[in-house]
Amino acid sequence: MKNKIKGKTYVVGDSIDTDVIIPARYLTTDKPAELAAHCMEDLDRDFRKKIKKGDIIVAGENFGCGSSREHAPIAIKASGISAVVAKSFARIFFRNAINIGLPVFVSEARNGTKTGDLIEINVSAGEIKNLSGKKTYKTQPFPAFLKKIISAGGLLKSLKK
Amino acid sequence: MNYIENILASASGLRSVRAGSFVEAKCDVILMNDITGPLAVKQFLSAGRKIKNPKSVVIVCDHFTPNKDIKSAENVKFLRDFAKKYKVNFYESPTGVEHVVLPEKGIVTSGDVVIGADSHTCTYGAIGAFATGVGSTDVTYAMLTGKIWFKIPEVFEFEYDGKRGKFVTGKDLILYTIGKIGVNGANYMAMKFSGSVISQLPMDERFTMCNMAIEAGGKAGFVVPDEKTRKYIEGRGKRKSRFFKDGESFKKMKINVTGLDPVVAVPHRPDKIRRARDMNRVKIDQAVIGSCTNGRISDFAQAAKILKGSKVKRGIRAIILPGSQKVYQQALEKGYIEIFLKSGCIIAPATCGPCLGGHMGVLANEEVAVSTTNRNFVGRMGATGSRVYLASPYVAAASAVAGRIISPEQL
Repeated sequence: MKNKIKGKTYVVGDSIDTDVIIPARYLTTDKPAELAAHCMEDLDRDFRKKIKKGDIIVAGENFGCGSSREHAPIAIKASGISAVVAKSFARIFFRNAINIGLPVFVSEARNGTKTGDLIEINVSAGEIKNLSGKKTYKTQPFPAFLKKIISAGGLLKSLKK
Repeated sequence: MNYIENILASASGLRSVRAGSFVEAKCDVILMNDITGPLAVKQFLSAGRKIKNPKSVVIVCDHFTPNKDIKSAENVKFLRDFAKKYKVNFYESPTGVEHVVLPEKGIVTSGDVVIGADSHTCTYGAIGAFATGVGSTDVTYAMLTGKIWFKIPEVFEFEYDGKRGKFVTGKDLILYTIGKIGVNGANYMAMKFSGSVISQLPMDERFTMCNMAIEAGGKAGFVVPDEKTRKYIEGRGKRKSRFFKDGESFKKMKINVTGLDPVVAVPHRPDKIRRARDMNRVKIDQAVIGSCTNGRISDFAQAAKILKGSKVKRGIRAIILPGSQKVYQQALEKGYIEIFLKSGCIIAPATCGPCLGGHMGVLANEEVAVSTTNRNFVGRMGATGSRVYLASPYVAAASAVAGRIISPEQL
């Protein structure tokens, strides 16, 4: 993972579930590009048009609740999203994101951030700066056990090392 | 140590563990389905290594089966060929839905550590397993190593006492509980169900409660095995069952069920709970009775009790979705299938089908369903503008007759 992740934000609310991240009707494929084409469409028809490569999703509580489909973080990653920052994550989504190498951060950044703000995540410093709103937030540190998986770039990559 | 800590300590080869610590535990059962399986298997194949313990790997094709289209047929064929070549357990139609089938066949038993690439894997806590949903990559890792990492969860105990009403089921108890704590009220925790009400609760309804632990964010749901559990497990599987000691829970909530009414979860969250009797203004287009949540024989006994001698209201599609072929057979022998046919129900094969908007009962925009399944998220059963109300088999069956959501007492 890069130490600094900078991008424009796309802000969502609480309990964004995996059925809206990628509806089950598209789960006959696991090809990232095909999944990305339908990412978030039940929440926002224009999600794909609005998102530029490197953008960051900023969410409220319980992001990714629901199904265990890894297709959800895959769809987000393949959409070009560089990281997801949420007040809290649903357990399986959090695990899946780390396993596939989608950067995820627990932080209160949703408070005071609006869609289109430019933010910068400093991974090693555990800090998120809202460059548009001039506010700074802390990110929750990862346990040492997870740091190993994250630095390897995912679970299976950690096994090969 | 409590029940969960004891299982995970044993599976990790450690004398003691505590909530919050990270362990690598041996998996007794590694489960995947026709949605999550292809990705797990492709990753496994590209690793170019052996399966650590092929006997522990179980593939159940149930989500889009009998295959709804060419893509899903190709996925199932891929998994079938893989299973044959690598000698892993494989089930497809007509067997049934994974979380009904695995306990039924004794593939999962008490004391097991189970991971499944399906969020409702938590169902098996009802027979004293530590069972949790994970993604495809975790399944690949476990196939390669036989192990998986866990953070030991804290136990959130729910103690139910009081007198349960005639039509108040395990489904009502779990919906009510999720309503109290919210959709992330037990995030990362193991939900323990205890108290005099749980002691008396039939196994099928314990499965229903554990099944929906994930809807409160739970990592697992469980009931400490008792005589009922032992009786259920007896004679099913070949593997040895293990019974661990229980201890202190991290957190406890007491729930008195006296006076509790049958409830429904209204769109679009499973924690938005209302009394079924207050929902009369909601007209329905479809009722779904079945799934991994409520697709066991006593669920159909409840539905049959309501539908016997009654007719599904004209224009309403009432879909009976048996959890397994075995449940279907039992329902036939007990005369429930005849009751359902006479009342005007559609009898589907054992599949996940409409629950996740797959097939066999997908909703159009603005259509409304009352369903015994587990999720009522936006677009879950079909079009983005459709709505799903979650309820027990009693409530779903009574609503099918009335054409609107009602409590069985109002019929």
